[in-house]
Amino acid sequence: MGVMESSIKTSEAPLSRDDLARLVARDIAPGSFVNLGIGQPTLVSNYLTEDQDITLHTENGMLGMGPEAKGDEIDEDLINAGKIPVTELPGASYFHHADSFAMMRGGHLDICVLGAFQVSVTGDLANWHTGAPGAIPAVGGAMDLATGAKDVFVMMTLLTREGASKIVESCTYPLTGVGCVTRVYTDKAVFLTGRGGITVRETFGCTLEELQELVPVPLKAAGE
Amino acid sequence: MLNFVDSVQEAVSGIQDGSTVMIGGFGNAGQPFELIDALLDCGATDLTVVNNNAGQGDQGLALLIKEGRVRKMICSFPRQSDSWHFDARYKAGQIELELVPQGNLAERIRAAGAGIGGFFTPTGYGTMLAEGKETRIIDGRGQVFETPIHADVALIKALKADGKGNLVYRKTARNFGPIMAAAAKHTIVQVSEIVPVGALDPENVVTPGIYVNSVVRVPADAGSSEKVA
Repeated sequence: MGVMESSIKTSEAPLSRDDLARLVARDIAPGSFVNLGIGQPTLVSNYLTEDQDITLHTENGMLGMGPEAKGDEIDEDLINAGKIPVTELPGASYFHHADSFAMMRGGHLDICVLGAFQVSVTGDLANWHTGAPGAIPAVGGAMDLATGAKDVFVMMTLLTREGASKIVESCTYPLTGVGCVTRVYTDKAVFLTGRGGITVRETFGCTLEELQELVPVPLKAAGE
Repeated sequence: MLNFVDSVQEAVSGIQDGSTVMIGGFGNAGQPFELIDALLDCGATDLTVVNNNAGQGDQGLALLIKEGRVRKMICSFPRQSDSWHFDARYKAGQIELELVPQGNLAERIRAAGAGIGGFFTPTGYGTMLAEGKETRIIDGRGQVFETPIHADVALIKALKADGKGNLVYRKTARNFGPIMAAAAKHTIVQVSEIVPVGALDPENVVTPGIYVNSVVRVPADAGSSEKVA
């Protein structure tokens, strides 16, 4: 294990939510078309730079979404998928819902960033429904995003409040998509998923061995 | 046949009990509140409603559900912080829910308007929302067969109509308007402004008038669209 540890980057401490958002933003290739999911993924927009020239998509029918609207900018006809008032950037475009999802489902978006309850070693995603008795299910665009974007990044804490790993052998929550996740950004490590199983790109505030103690599936360093 | 009517009451007066009604809007953007209020007043019941959500707060679609007029909701995202009227009916077993991924909802509506009998899509494959549906492997990917959603009536909101029923929308309030207009047998549109034939640039028409049956003007600053939940 010692050899593997030395082959990946580590940092002194686990990442905060903002540090994680900054890291995801840095990893988005210049010129990309990106959809940021509701919740933690929305933070990523705070760290995208002008030089990156990223175009944000919102599935209710817009490319070129700007920051959240404040004060006089608020317009009830201009909202994002979380129904928050937003602004439009120069070069923005509007389209109807079927076009918006065709854009997503047709593989035209480069990256979507989503939250998750669980991700399996083969990249299965569970993020829409706990399956608890009596829970009212609501799926929105989660399944379309998971299957449509070229790359699906997940942002989440590695552990639940109870300390269970959200990286799992196979998801116990109802699935959103099968084999769709390509990367998982957590406070303790970045994981890559794919045909070759799950690998660790870097760790934060722990060694690969310490990470392995938290995660119930065999881990190896990326590139090994 | 295109009609310009004088009131929202007149616009919805032909809606029968048991109808399937598509209602435009995503959240409050593009939601035709005045037409929904008129539908509430006209008394039609046992409705199947197609919308992205299942009503927010104490207005619009939420009130139709509260009053027990909706037998079934077809939507993608019913559960919200302020969807209490749907939540109560659902938990009491008083409303049926067909939950559809948002892209499938939009494409099923589009398919109905385009005369398409169904389509295969990877969305939902391998999930509980595909249970019982036909699947195939196409281009190496698992795909699920989805059927069109037709409606008797669509209630939508646009910014302007011209004398031919051509429509333009405003920003993200466009959302489901164009596809619902095509999918319903009878499309009723509320607009802020009616302009003469020729006043809209044909290059900028979003919904051609062929899809529109009734137009009613509701000034932007009038009525319940200003209500806050």
